[in-house]
Amino acid sequence: MSGSDRQRVLVVGGGLAGLAATIRIAEAGIPVDLFSLVPVKRSHSVCAQGGINACNEVARQQGYSEYEHFDETVYGGDFLQHQPPVYEMAHWAPKVIDLLDRMGVPFNRTAEGQRQLRLFGGSLYKRTHFAGATTGQQLMYALDEQVRRYEAEGRVNKYEFWEFLRPVIDEDGRTQGIIAQDMRTMQIRGFRGDAVVMATGGCGLVFGKSTNSVMCTGAAAARCYKLGVQYGNPEFVQVHPTAIPGADKLRLMSESARGEGGRVWVPAKKNSSGQWEPHPNSGMDPRQVPQDERWYILEEKYPAYGNIVPRDIATREIFSACMDGFGVGGGNMVYLDLTHKSPEFLETRLGGIMEIYRKFVGEDPVEVPMKIFPGVHYSMGGLWTRYSADADYARVKGGSMAFDLDREWDPDERPACGLDPEATDNMMTNVDGLYAFGEVNYQYHGANRLGANALLSCIFDGLFCGQGVVKYVQGRSSSPAAEVSAAIFERGERDEEEIVRRLIDSSGGENAYDIGRELGEEMTAASTVVKSGGRLESALVRLGELRARYDKLSLADTGMWTNQNLSYSRAVGDMLLIADAVLRGGLNRKESRGSHYREDFPTRDDANYLKTTVATYNTGTGQADISLEDVEIGLVEPRLRTYGAVESGEKEEEKATAGASGA
Amino acid sequence: MASSNGTVQATTRTVRFRIERSDGPGRGTRWEIFDVPVASGGEGSGSANVISCLQWIAAHPVTVEGRETTPITFDCGCLEEVCGACTMVINGKVRQACSCLIDDYAPNEGDEITLEAMSKFPTVKDLFVDRTRLFNDLKRIKGWVPIDGSYNLGAGPRETPDTQQVRYKLSECMSCGCCLEACPQYTLEVEPSGKGFVGAAVISQARYFNEHGTGSTLKKDRLDVMSGVGGVSDCGNAQNCAKACPKEIPLTESIAAIGRSTTFHRIKQFFSGK
Repeated sequence: MSGSDRQRVLVVGGGLAGLAATIRIAEAGIPVDLFSLVPVKRSHSVCAQGGINACNEVARQQGYSEYEHFDETVYGGDFLQHQPPVYEMAHWAPKVIDLLDRMGVPFNRTAEGQRQLRLFGGSLYKRTHFAGATTGQQLMYALDEQVRRYEAEGRVNKYEFWEFLRPVIDEDGRTQGIIAQDMRTMQIRGFRGDAVVMATGGCGLVFGKSTNSVMCTGAAAARCYKLGVQYGNPEFVQVHPTAIPGADKLRLMSESARGEGGRVWVPAKKNSSGQWEPHPNSGMDPRQVPQDERWYILEEKYPAYGNIVPRDIATREIFSACMDGFGVGGGNMVYLDLTHKSPEFLETRLGGIMEIYRKFVGEDPVEVPMKIFPGVHYSMGGLWTRYSADADYARVKGGSMAFDLDREWDPDERPACGLDPEATDNMMTNVDGLYAFGEVNYQYHGANRLGANALLSCIFDGLFCGQGVVKYVQGRSSSPAAEVSAAIFERGERDEEEIVRRLIDSSGGENAYDIGRELGEEMTAASTVVKSGGRLESALVRLGELRARYDKLSLADTGMWTNQNLSYSRAVGDMLLIADAVLRGGLNRKESRGSHYREDFPTRDDANYLKTTVATYNTGTGQADISLEDVEIGLVEPRLRTYGAVESGEKEEEKATAGASGA
Repeated sequence: MASSNGTVQATTRTVRFRIERSDGPGRGTRWEIFDVPVASGGEGSGSANVISCLQWIAAHPVTVEGRETTPITFDCGCLEEVCGACTMVINGKVRQACSCLIDDYAPNEGDEITLEAMSKFPTVKDLFVDRTRLFNDLKRIKGWVPIDGSYNLGAGPRETPDTQQVRYKLSECMSCGCCLEACPQYTLEVEPSGKGFVGAAVISQARYFNEHGTGSTLKKDRLDVMSGVGGVSDCGNAQNCAKACPKEIPLTESIAAIGRSTTFHRIKQFFSGK
C-alpha cells in the first residue's frame, strides 16, 4: 500500500461544521473518521431555529448583494473580524443554500414554489432562508443523511459516544492524530490522522445555564488550548436577548419571532414630562394593558431597525430596562408579543418555537405574549485560526495592509473573493494540521454574531476550508501519519489514563456538579451583559478558589463502564481553563465593543483595541497569557455603530424603505 | 442570567423518584429511590423537569435509605425536545425527559415518578440505551437524497408549499424511538440480525425521501426493503406509534402511504418480472 492509500482525516464533532467537512473530505476520496460525544444526528446544531442568511434574487433586485451581507456582518460584529474570510463567506452563501436545497432541506416555500425569505437581526433586507423555526435541525438532518450515505459506502467511519481527549502533536509540531475515549467501555486509544478538524462547538456550559446543549462545555477546545493551541477573543460571548428561563437550561426563543413581526414591550406609564416610568401594576394580565401603557423599548429607540437590532444591542436594552425596574411584575422579564399575528401564520413560520413555549411554559404565545429574558447563547471566540487572503483581494488592497479607506469602491472593482481556495491553511490553528471549523473557530463574527450567520459559517467552514484540508493531506502523502512511530500515541494514551486515575483516586470530598454550578453562576454574574474591571478581578479570585476545590474532587462513580460522572468531572477542569481565558481577555480589553460591555470603559477604542485577543496557555502559571493582534480590516472602514438610535442623530431611512417592502 | 424571574416566591416540595438501574448489559436491574426537592409555584418556566431532577441526584447521589450510590447514567442533549436523546419510560409511558415537567407529572408533595430505560433497545447502563439499530435501518432504506456531490450545481427542485408542509412534518423526526418503544411488533433483538421490523420512524422516513424530486430516484430500492422481511407488512396496525410520537408526525398515514406504494411496487414487479 502506498502512503496516500493509508491517509485519513479525523473530524471531531458531528454538528453542521463537522458534517459539512466530512462530506467534502470524503467526497474527495479521503476516508474520514468522525468522532462525536453523541450520535451525530443529536448534535447541538439541531437547536438553531431561525434560519440561514444569503443574498438572493429578490433582495438583489432591491439593492442587496453579497457585499451588503459582508458589510452587515462586519458592522454587526463591531469591526473586530478579519475581513477576507467574511467576504468569502458572504459570497459563498447563495451556493450553500442551493446545495442544501438539492439535499432536500424542506425550506419554506412561496406560492410559486420558491424559497421563502424572512427578516432577521441587523439587516433591513429579507435574506434569511428558513425551514419553519427548526432550521438548524432540518439542515443537520440533510447533512447527517449525506454522511450516512458515505458511511454506507464505507468512506466514513463514525465513532459515536467517543470523547475527544487531546490532539497528538509530534516533536516537529505537526498533528498526527488524537486520543479519544469510548464512553461506554471507557477504553482510551489513539487514532492516527493526517489532519484533524476540530468542529466541537461552543462553551455555553461555562456559564452554567445557557441555550446550549449539555455537551457544549468547551472541553475539547480547552484540551487543545492546554497543549499550545491559541484561543482567540475568549471574552466575546453572545447573550441572546430572548430566552425562556428554566431549571435546567435557558430555552431559546428565536430571533425569527421578531423577524416575523414580534414586538418587545413592557408595561409602563409616561409621566408629565413624557418620560416612561415603571408601571404601578406591571404584573397585570398583559392583554389588559392599554396601548398607551406599552413601552415598545426597541421600536422607540431604533425607528429603522426596531425589534431587529442586533443581539448585543437588544440584550443590553432589555437588561437595562429590567435593571431600571421596568421588568414585568418587577422581575427580570419583558414581553415578546406575537399575538397580533394570525395563528396560521405563526404555525407555518414559527411552529417549532411556539411548540417549545407551549410545552415548557404552558401558555400559548398565539393568545398571550411570551415572557423572555436574555441568556448566554454563542461564543464568537474560539480556537485561533489563520487564513490566506486571495491574491485578488490583495490586488484591491494595493498589496498592503495600508488601505485607502476613504475610497468609494466601485462594485466592479471589488475583489472576486476573499480567501485563496488553493491554500491549505484556511482555518488552521497555530498547530500544523489542526483545524478549527464552526463555532469553535473564532473567525467571522467579531464582537457580535448576526442572527442566522452561524449556520452559514459552520457549513462554509466545512465546505470551503474542507478543500484546504484535502490539499493539506495530499501534500503530506509521502509522510503519512500511518508511518509515524507508535510512541507518541502510547504516551498520549498513558497521559490520559493518568488523568483518569487521578480523578478516580481523588478523595477530597468536593463534588464536580457543585463546582460546575458555582462556576456558571459566577461567570454569568461577572462576565455577561455588563462587566467591570473590579468585578472581573473578583471573579478571577473566585475562579482560583474553585480551581483549588477542583483538585480535591471525590467522584461518586469510580466504575469503568459508561462513567458519565468521570466524563463530566474531567470536563469541569477544562471549563475552568476556558473561564480563566474569558475573564482575563475581558479584563485586558478596556473598551466596549459588541457583546463586550465594560461599564468602566463604555466606549469603543479603535486606537488601542481594534485587535484580536490571543490567549496562550501558560503551563507555568496555569493561566492565560493575553496578547493583542491587529485585525485585517480590508474593505469596510470602522464606523460609528448606532443602528440609527434616536439619540445618535443618525438616520437609516433610505435603507429602511428599500428593504421593508420586500417579498 | 435568566435563572429566576424574581416575582413569585417559589416554595419547595419533595418528589419521590423510583428509578430502574442497571450496571450494564446482562447485569440485571434493581430499583433505587430518591427524594428530590423541587421548587414550585414559580411563574413562567422556572419549574423543574425530569432532567433537572436527575442533575440534582447527580450532585446528591444518596437514596431515601441514606445509602450513597452513583449518579444515574442517562442520555440527554438539547433539553428542548429537538435532539431526541433523553427518551425514557416515565410512569410507564415513553417520552422525552426534558419536556416532562414535574408540576404536571407530580404536582403534590410526595408524588412519585418512575423512570425506566426503553425496553426495545439494549441497555448500556441505567436509563441509557443503544439506538444504533434505528440508524442502521435508515441506511437500509437509503435514507438520503442521492445528489451529484457537494459542488455548486444550482438549486434543487422547486416544491409547492403544500408538499413542503408535508415533508417538513416528516422531517421533524428526531430518531428518538418513542414510536418503536410503543410498537408491539418492534422487539428487542439481542443479536441484531439486521432484518427485524424497521418500525414506524423508518417507514415514515422512506416516505419522506420518496416525496422529494431527487430523493424519489431511489424509491424502487426503498420499496424493495419495505416489501421484504422487516418491512411495512410487519406492521400490526396497533397505531400506538402516532400516539407516542412527541412531534405528532402522522406515522399511520406514512405507513398507509408506504403500504400502498409497496402494493403497486409488487404488482409492477409481478407483471414486469423485475
